[in-house]
Amino acid sequence: MSIELIIGILNVILISTTPLVFAGIGELVTEKSGVLNLGLEGLMLVGAVTGFITLVLTGNYFYSLFLSIISGVILSGIFAFLVLNLMTNQIATGLALTIFGIGLSAMLGKKFAGTPIDGLNPYYFIVISFLLVFFVAYFLSKTKTGLIVRAVGENHNSAYALGYNVFKTRYLTIIFGGVMSSLAGYYISICYAPMWQEGMTAGRGWIALALVVFATWKPWRLLVGAYIFGGVAIMQMNLQAIGVKLPGQFFNMMPYLATIIVLVFISSNKLRLKINAPSSLNIPFEKNQ
Amino acid sequence: MVYLIRVQLREDYSNLIFYLSPLVAVALTLFFGSFIFLILDLNPIESFKIFFISPISNSYGISELFVKATPLAIIALGLSYCFKNNIYNIGAEGQLTMGAIFGGGIGLLFNDSTSVFLLPLMILFGAIGGAFWATIPAILKTKFNTNEILTSLMLTYVALFILDYFVVGPWKDPAGYGLPKSMPFPDVGRLPVLIDGLRVHIGVYFALIICLITYIIYNKTLFGFKLKVTGLSSKASQYAGFKYKNLIFYTFIISGACAGLAGLFEVSGPIGLLYRDISPNYGFTAIIVAFLGRLNPFGIILSSLLIALTYLGAEDAQLFLKIPSAVGFVFQGLVLFFLLGTDFLNKYKVFIK
Repeated sequence: MSIELIIGILNVILISTTPLVFAGIGELVTEKSGVLNLGLEGLMLVGAVTGFITLVLTGNYFYSLFLSIISGVILSGIFAFLVLNLMTNQIATGLALTIFGIGLSAMLGKKFAGTPIDGLNPYYFIVISFLLVFFVAYFLSKTKTGLIVRAVGENHNSAYALGYNVFKTRYLTIIFGGVMSSLAGYYISICYAPMWQEGMTAGRGWIALALVVFATWKPWRLLVGAYIFGGVAIMQMNLQAIGVKLPGQFFNMMPYLATIIVLVFISSNKLRLKINAPSSLNIPFEKNQ
Repeated sequence: MVYLIRVQLREDYSNLIFYLSPLVAVALTLFFGSFIFLILDLNPIESFKIFFISPISNSYGISELFVKATPLAIIALGLSYCFKNNIYNIGAEGQLTMGAIFGGGIGLLFNDSTSVFLLPLMILFGAIGGAFWATIPAILKTKFNTNEILTSLMLTYVALFILDYFVVGPWKDPAGYGLPKSMPFPDVGRLPVLIDGLRVHIGVYFALIICLITYIIYNKTLFGFKLKVTGLSSKASQYAGFKYKNLIFYTFIISGACAGLAGLFEVSGPIGLLYRDISPNYGFTAIIVAFLGRLNPFGIILSSLLIALTYLGAEDAQLFLKIPSAVGFVFQGLVLFFLLGTDFLNKYKVFIK
């Protein structure tokens, strides 16, 4: 293998992994506050299509980015209202969001499928994704607000008793996660592809979800994990090209299998689970009790 | 901040509201759905006709309704065991896929068979495949305390890649022009249809039988009682001495077997061979069906018919209204949103000050 080829592969890995970092870091913050949002795939698709349509109609990158973010705020706001105020089941609500998002994005985008656009340079977003991980790591471990987010995720009753606003904290973390998923989608349709196609996020939302667990809810590990997951996917294509006989599907299932193994490892020990996973994850907060 | 709305836990828990709320959710979905049609510049009434009425206005359409409702009902009935027990198996799509691989694999292995025992064997292996795939999260949950939501979800994608491996690799049809699909199953491995010329198959009977058995289990057996108690209060269940780990195993195996059965019925029924996209999201949509049917066996049969209609309507909408068939997903998502939302009014009283 020549140096150019290796640099080329690394470049492709860098460009293709960024959506995982965005969606993953958003979901990490949401889960740190104790909420499991399974709607990533739907949020990404709607973010992707909103940005794309706006760009085609206005030709303005700023508007398209702005509306893509707004779509994330609205959809994750609805999710937050349902799971926080109406105390609905987080799993079912997240799945509803994904199914709804797949349908909505396909409907909105139909007229625009195949429209050519000038893509944005992905490197801006790649740099931002690294800064974002740094920011989230700093925020969660070093700032007071970050500690409140973690306290709410560990034990919402104690956090509430201490006077922290559980609802407000979770609203903000859910919306942050939603916006990050929209950005991941925006990146895919505007920078990575750049085009719109029905279901174009191709399951990245689910990989991002696995990634958060794989990283045991730690931002820097998430960054490393994202590049491992992204790298495996790209290496698989290149290994096929140079004639390695292992089936490609084997590589594709690696992220999911690795996540299960990590999950077994941290869950099998009570203390380890306590250190790693947010204890209130997926437990609704009922103020009236 | 001034709260204008105050909520309070209901003491007069009402069964009527509990069973009415799905209807309210459907009504709200139709109401909001009409706005979606308006935005798309379509006449809502005409569109609803194409979406919900014309698909089932002939015998072919009604047969197709049952073809779609059968897997949804079977999977959702199985899932109801898990959900009643407060176990979130969301990997039915993977268990369905595994059922299709196991059962379909038997069909391919004996593909020159003319024996009448081939189909029963395929059905058996379909159920075993689904149950096997569901046992993994059950073991991980009981032995290692692993979150079953995440493991069952992850295993879904593993199963899909395994199926993909088989249909592009060892099981690829040599005469299939290189397409990622298997050889067709032999005639004795195909599910008998109920009416000649239509696709509705004997899976319908299985769905009804599973529905009746489930009803009896829930209402007349100790096992059903244990599920109910554990679902309502895991503490009460512990005090009563019910073995929670066993319940987890049984419910996972039942729901996995049902999903596997549904998967086998799909490939040996309407499809007739194995290929990549054997299920249009049935495993996930069945979760909506189970909730919409209130985890009640008969409710699930009704809701499976309704959700099956969104699949059919979406296909017709694509043909006649030129909107993508994914519009069906919009309706499915909306109905689940509204159902979950209306449940709030079931649990809480709302006061406006």
